[in-house]
Amino acid sequence: MASAKEIRGQIKAIQNTGKITKAMEMVAASKMRKAQERVLAARPYAEGLANVIANLMQSHPEYRHPFVVEREVKRSGVIVITSDKGLCGGLNTNALKKVVSHLNAINGEADVFTIGRRGGTFLKRFKVNMVGAVENVPDSPEIVDVLGVIGLALDKYMRGELDEVHLVYSEFVNTMTQSPKLMRLLPCPLPKKATHEGYWDYLYEPDSKEVMDGLLRRYVESLVFHGVLENKACEQSARMVAMKAATDNAKEIVKDLSITYNKARQAAITQELAEICAGAAAS
Amino acid sequence: MASTVHLLVATADREIYRGEASMVVAPGSAGDLGIYPKHAPLLCSLKAGELRVTKSDGVEVDEVFVSGGFMEVQPDMITVLADCAERAADVDMAATMEAARAAEELIAGKKDDLDFATAEAELAVATAKLAWLRKKKI
Repeated sequence: MASAKEIRGQIKAIQNTGKITKAMEMVAASKMRKAQERVLAARPYAEGLANVIANLMQSHPEYRHPFVVEREVKRSGVIVITSDKGLCGGLNTNALKKVVSHLNAINGEADVFTIGRRGGTFLKRFKVNMVGAVENVPDSPEIVDVLGVIGLALDKYMRGELDEVHLVYSEFVNTMTQSPKLMRLLPCPLPKKATHEGYWDYLYEPDSKEVMDGLLRRYVESLVFHGVLENKACEQSARMVAMKAATDNAKEIVKDLSITYNKARQAAITQELAEICAGAAAS
Repeated sequence: MASTVHLLVATADREIYRGEASMVVAPGSAGDLGIYPKHAPLLCSLKAGELRVTKSDGVEVDEVFVSGGFMEVQPDMITVLADCAERAADVDMAATMEAARAAEELIAGKKDDLDFATAEAELAVATAKLAWLRKKKI
């Protein structure tokens, strides 16, 4: 049995770890709330844009923008959103599993764009072509933080180097559950319902092509940005849950060690007493 | 005037303005556009400038600064999808001047075409914002 002093040292160390995980849990909880608020705050723009696109598609069916035209798939791209830091349970692993199964489905040949460091370090091991990466996405992401990497993907798609682009991110279901999600980004998933039905067309200024190009670009950008915001909320809630589990485990271990410590202490006292008694009897 | 149109101004990360308006003046890329309720459907791009919203009482005017984006007009609603927008009260003159100065500096020591184009765009936004703030002060 380890000596009482050693056990005391272990208890101290685990208690300190427990304090850290407890603090991380509380930090993650408050960041999660903010991240959720940001997801909600971004909704009006995304919905407004989706409505405009829906109206545009039903009022102007003859012009087909490259973003909405299906073509034969020769080369695929994947935008992978993960967190920058670990300590958030199986969040990134689950998302990356989704990426791997998708890559297997398309024979592993793909251009990969990563947002968040975890995805980059993991996917390096595959024979994929890493085209763009964004690291250190702040806790309150702005759309400009990710425009660069989206632009890369869009340009490649426009030049015909990519024929489809998928997006993988974690979707926030509730605090306990986050589910990895794979969606096709290009050609665009079109919103179904137009707000203004019937036969009509917009007046365009400056001209329809330019306006449509700008709007569809922003639409794709807003879809990715939404993924980034959701992923942030997921990261914080997953971290909160993981840290709560860690804190509970630390408490459990401290409890067990305390019992061992007390036993060791008692054994030492008993032995000392026995020695004293034996000494007294001998003299 | 009784009739109004529903106005929504939003940027990618938040909603800036939502309410009923009796007239909206927007900085279209080819010139300012005044929009009354029941306007024909219109889709246009916006440049940096102010969006003037006359509220439903026809008197009170709200101002929102947008630095480009798109506007969709339907007879009963207007959706402004701004790249960046600020309510009049939120705009800080000092920060704006700082941004303009930084952009000018960038242009003065222009490194390559990309930086130059970015700086020029930033400067255009900052000067438009400044012009607007100065006008409001007078």
